[in-house]
Amino acid sequence: MKKPKIPGVISGLGITFKTMMKPAVTVQYPHEREDPPTRARGVIALKEENCTVCMLCGRSCPDWCIYIEGHKEKRPPRREGGRERTVSVLDRFDIDYALCMYCGICVEVCPFDALFWSPDYEYSESNIAKLLHDKRKLGEWMESVPEPEPLEIGAEVKK
Amino acid sequence: MTAFHGPLTLALEIGWGTTLAIKTVMILMIVPLTALVLGYVFLLKMMSHMQSRLGPMDPGGFHGWFQLVGDGIKFIQKEDIIPGQADRRVFAAAPAVVVISTFLIFLVIPAGPDIIVKDLNVGVFYALAVSSLSVIGVLMAGWASANKFSLLGALRAAAQLIAYELPLLLAVVGVVIQAGTMSLQGIVGFQSTGSIFGWSGIGFPFIFTQFIGFALFLIAAQAELTQTPFDMPVAESELVAGYMVEYTGFRFLFFFIGEFGTAFAFSAIAATLFLGGWALPASWGIPLGVMRFLGPGVLFAKIMAVSFLMFWVRFTYPRLREDQLQALAWKFLIPIALFNILMTGVFKVAF
Repeated sequence: MKKPKIPGVISGLGITFKTMMKPAVTVQYPHEREDPPTRARGVIALKEENCTVCMLCGRSCPDWCIYIEGHKEKRPPRREGGRERTVSVLDRFDIDYALCMYCGICVEVCPFDALFWSPDYEYSESNIAKLLHDKRKLGEWMESVPEPEPLEIGAEVKK
Repeated sequence: MTAFHGPLTLALEIGWGTTLAIKTVMILMIVPLTALVLGYVFLLKMMSHMQSRLGPMDPGGFHGWFQLVGDGIKFIQKEDIIPGQADRRVFAAAPAVVVISTFLIFLVIPAGPDIIVKDLNVGVFYALAVSSLSVIGVLMAGWASANKFSLLGALRAAAQLIAYELPLLLAVVGVVIQAGTMSLQGIVGFQSTGSIFGWSGIGFPFIFTQFIGFALFLIAAQAELTQTPFDMPVAESELVAGYMVEYTGFRFLFFFIGEFGTAFAFSAIAATLFLGGWALPASWGIPLGVMRFLGPGVLFAKIMAVSFLMFWVRFTYPRLREDQLQALAWKFLIPIALFNILMTGVFKVAF
């Protein structure tokens, strides 16, 4: 025998009443914080010593929000009697977070592991111009970058 | 005063002028205060929890109790805009008319053996008559705004308010027949001293015999308050509040206070007519001197219970269509109400 169906008019009241009795799912943000999920896209951090000013990040950025400048410097040769080396030095690395859409293409495209996602999200500003962050500020965010996930079984670390 | 409560035994003698002043201040305070209480407890907190959220938590420190007061202060600060083509005097008077109709209902609602402004012997009739004054205020607001949309909104509201006036009145007739009086104190006394088949343990609240009337009264009151299943006249999100569209600042606040004050007033009428009002069952033997202090609390608890039902429905149901609204009133509520009156009359004669 089929169970008699409760009219929607009444079961609706039941749903709202049950929901009222359950604790709310709200997180009272400034007073209590949730941990962001793993691999959260909070902010892009820059590891400056890895950067070779190859400009791939700036060129791949859909929003053109990365400003990157550098110059070449001569360094002494590695071996005695060798040729002088040419090194690229990073002068400016700014990300305009007012433009950034957090697509992560720059992080993906960086061949030298200089850009990382940091879960830090508390960097709002009262003025939109202040959202342009320079390489010093981007470097500070490196501290909050989580350790990389353990490698899959069978994978080998590159020497 | 009916014979039920016995002589007045106030400790201090006060003149009629002082009494009048105290009563006036009480009534003037009660509408904004109750509007605040209902707005906070139900609109802000209960609705939030029914939607699995918390509502305001910060203002005032404890669970955002100050939120509505702050909103009121904000409304008072705002510029009072009157449209250039508006009929200024009517425009200014309309919110007052709406609120005054709410004030007037409270005149006849008893909160204790002698806590009542005036115990009219046509109390029920009077309360429901003045509650329909707000239709005039709504029409004034819509007409004086010099805005075709607010006029349409006002007409929509008036059609609804007038349609639901009838079931509201007819739902109450059964109680009046049973109690044999229209005085609210008389009805309270009847319920307190009555007995169910000789058992007087809980008196005789009319909700047992007049449950249909109670349900009809709540449905019709919901429509009178333009609350959610029947909220086409206000419909903030899509019709930008109908007849109130040109109102800003404290005039808008008046409509808001009127809405929630009337919700409280209707709950008070329902609590008095169907749940026994301020009185506890007479068989419990609580002396009237104690009830003088206990009565308002008992009434308030009953009002909150009725309001909970009203707002529960408000936060659950989606809106009806305009034709469904009218069909519900004329084809469903009014026939049932008439049938209820008929059956009540038959039983009254039979027993």
